[in-house]
Amino acid sequence: MTTAVVVFPGTNCEHDVVTAITQLGGSARLVWHRETDLDGYDSVVLPGGFAHGDALRTGAIARFSPIMEPVARFAEEGKPVIGICNGFQVLCEAGLLPGALIANRDLSFICRFIDVEVTDTATVLTNKAEPGQRLRIPLNSYEGNWVSPDGEGRVVAKYVDDPNGSTDRAAAVANEAGNVVGIMPHPERATDALLGSTDGDVFLRSFLSSLVPV
Amino acid sequence: MTEQPVHRLLGMTDGEYESVVGILDRPPMPAELAMYSVMWSEHCSYKSSRKHLGRFPTEAPWVVVGPGENAGVVDLGDGWLAALRIESHNHPSFVEPYQGAATGVGGILRDVFTMGARPIALWDQIRFGPLDNPKNRYLLNGVVGGIAGYGNAVGVPTVGGEIEFDAGYTGNPLVNVMCLGILKREQLVLGTAGTPGTMAVLLGKATGRDGIGGASVLASASFDDESGAKRPSVQVGDPFEEKKLIEACLELYEKGLVVGVQDLGAAGLSCATSEPAGRAGVGMEVDLDRVHTRESGMTAPELLMSESQERMMAFVAPDKVDEVLAIADKWEIDSAVVGEVKAGGTLRISHRGEVVAELPAATLADNAPLYDRPAQRPDWLDEVQARPGPDISSHDPADLLRDLLDDPAIGSSAWIHEQYDHMLFLNTVVGPGSDGSLLRIKGTEKGLAVSTDGNGRLCYLEPRIGGARLVYEAALNVAVTGARPIAVVDNLNFGNPEKPEVMWQFKESVEGISEACEALDIPVVGGNVSFYNETDGVDINPTPVVGLLGLADPMPEVPPRISRATDGMELWLVGPEASANLAGTAVQRLLGDEPGGIPTAPDPAPARNVIALAADLAHTAPVLHDISDGGMAVAAAEVSIASGIGVSVDVPIAEIFSEDPHRFLIAFESGSINLPPEARKVGVFGGNQIVINGSPLDLESAASSYGEALPRRMR
Repeated sequence: MTTAVVVFPGTNCEHDVVTAITQLGGSARLVWHRETDLDGYDSVVLPGGFAHGDALRTGAIARFSPIMEPVARFAEEGKPVIGICNGFQVLCEAGLLPGALIANRDLSFICRFIDVEVTDTATVLTNKAEPGQRLRIPLNSYEGNWVSPDGEGRVVAKYVDDPNGSTDRAAAVANEAGNVVGIMPHPERATDALLGSTDGDVFLRSFLSSLVPV
Repeated sequence: MTEQPVHRLLGMTDGEYESVVGILDRPPMPAELAMYSVMWSEHCSYKSSRKHLGRFPTEAPWVVVGPGENAGVVDLGDGWLAALRIESHNHPSFVEPYQGAATGVGGILRDVFTMGARPIALWDQIRFGPLDNPKNRYLLNGVVGGIAGYGNAVGVPTVGGEIEFDAGYTGNPLVNVMCLGILKREQLVLGTAGTPGTMAVLLGKATGRDGIGGASVLASASFDDESGAKRPSVQVGDPFEEKKLIEACLELYEKGLVVGVQDLGAAGLSCATSEPAGRAGVGMEVDLDRVHTRESGMTAPELLMSESQERMMAFVAPDKVDEVLAIADKWEIDSAVVGEVKAGGTLRISHRGEVVAELPAATLADNAPLYDRPAQRPDWLDEVQARPGPDISSHDPADLLRDLLDDPAIGSSAWIHEQYDHMLFLNTVVGPGSDGSLLRIKGTEKGLAVSTDGNGRLCYLEPRIGGARLVYEAALNVAVTGARPIAVVDNLNFGNPEKPEVMWQFKESVEGISEACEALDIPVVGGNVSFYNETDGVDINPTPVVGLLGLADPMPEVPPRISRATDGMELWLVGPEASANLAGTAVQRLLGDEPGGIPTAPDPAPARNVIALAADLAHTAPVLHDISDGGMAVAAAEVSIASGIGVSVDVPIAEIFSEDPHRFLIAFESGSINLPPEARKVGVFGGNQIVINGSPLDLESAASSYGEALPRRMR
């Protein structure tokens, strides 16, 4: 059971994701964006950072990276795919999640701990959470404001206080099947009490447990 | 208009030009003149300061690389090393605040990853004029935006720093950035060209005309109304290119593919060819036609002076060149083999089939001019030091405290640090808004603490005392996280060194820093000098900035935090008795008095004890907090606000706002910690008010003043 952590040029949270998954007993390996298959992997994380320098628009170039073809196949086959922060932006650009992420309401980068409330537990990222459970994890983004003009998208976690103007206070959004989830704050940054919170474990345990065939 | 000789247009004196003619035994060719002019600029050669920098203590058993390389390196034990460096980008940040600050971040990162280290954290020390002036708000916004824009995107967290406001910085903001990297011992790389036959591979961004003469024109001259015309001398940063360059270089080091590396910063290719060759005692042949450019028709002097960002020169054995180029290709960065190391000491540079420079490589660095500029104590200093301190006996201490919390230099820095990614890499144990930052080294029990400190007012009143106190304060700041101080880097920001008064301030500050480092046995492993911080003839306050690294081994399992005070905890003061001296304090500034008096001198003996005691107590105490700006009143209020619990403090009013050194606060459950007999209980936590000598301030309103001090002025 190995997770592919995709690395685009400009990605910067890949090592943190591997650290957090390994700490929870999972196995994860870095996969370069020019790879063309995901053979041998059971799940995918698109980590945070600035893929391709966020040129044009966040995720706009990354969606054309060779690795995104197998990622899309993975998603169609119902296997777990999550995008964190910039990874969420890439999933939206790639059409694997509805909506888009635009600049924060106050046009300012936001890096701080925030509280989110889990509103939907039937996804690969939230199945170990209690409905309504509040979790404290760090937000770290400029384009963190999720908009969905057509009203599409399952909001699976909401900000308790609205930091960035996101539609429906959405902090995490899933596809219809619940196997593809994007989350704007960083669960991997809340996996050690020494660093302020272990609440991110709830999301990552959900993700790892979703790898067990049902 | 009188026709100026070219060397003067390039910022060179007639005497310096004559030296070049003496070295070459002929007049220099244009490219040669360009190279000497940038390498002999104040910024690159330290020609006014070098004589005094030798005063710093630089040796200790744990120093691996001292001053003179791209960054200092110290041994952390168990095969781990730390690389650190601090640098200013003051002048570019005034001309173009966003790009000036951004490229400052890019430059300091390259200094650190040039040594083989992965950069793990940044600190910013920024200084502006008062925020009621819209120009200063514009500069603060731009500088913070530039640091955030570059630092966040390049993927290195900014975990701390400091901010200061003073009218003197209105025309000349200060932007200093410090970077820390870690590496395993076997990955250490130096800036050497290696042996004859080694190939020089230029990696990274294509060379353009940006930043030409940045070191000589911008960083080494003063400002006037025409400064806007210097904007083309400011480089433009590209954090994405730098991120790829970092990853590519780290892969080269990991695979052992390079003999040496030199980054291209100030003086660009001139520096990246001559310095590594000079250090290795070899020569080099360089073909400028092979340099990848993004503009056509660049002349040889332009190619040699360009300060285009995100470039590195790798020195590679011939049989490894293909592998190096393949790794560059993988990371999608450009590369070009531009030269070859030769025996003898001649640096020969050709362009379009002609030799455009042929000179002894080492002379660019080694023969740089050295000035012993006259230094003289300013005649106005006696009058300034004789001014009486503020009389606060008739003030309500709670009112003073509320106003101090509303000071943007004292209030919460959240408006700034929440724009920075300060958590990446999962190392940030104690982040921004505390005394010192504390980072863990994953997989070990070690922690690295850093504090960066400057104080222009103290140094204005008495530069030797001011310089020394910076070191003592930084040392105590890292001690309260559980670390012992192991290395200092300094950034010396001063006015025009051609004025004897400025040179005296410089010498005295260096002396103060040196004395304190000697007393605490801390080596200075690197630094940076920024002169000519004057606008329209007015110099800034002398503003040395110290970046101090501490090692906690082991790191406290549960480190103290200012947010851990709870109902009923006692507040104790540890350290020498405070004087009633308020010279240079925040209260003096608050009351609108001209800075005056002589700040309290540091005292090495109690300092050593207090620092050692704090580092020990950090393993058991829930709360430790250094006393600095605003004295004990502000320190206690910060704990109270961060912990969300009131506090009542009782000490004489002069002492409660004193900023005398070597003192810290500790909070703990009654009887749970043993303190030395001279420690004094000064307060107790509880309720929802901050009570100073019986005078109450509502906690909620204190928190609001503190939280809004900066944002309300920036709206």
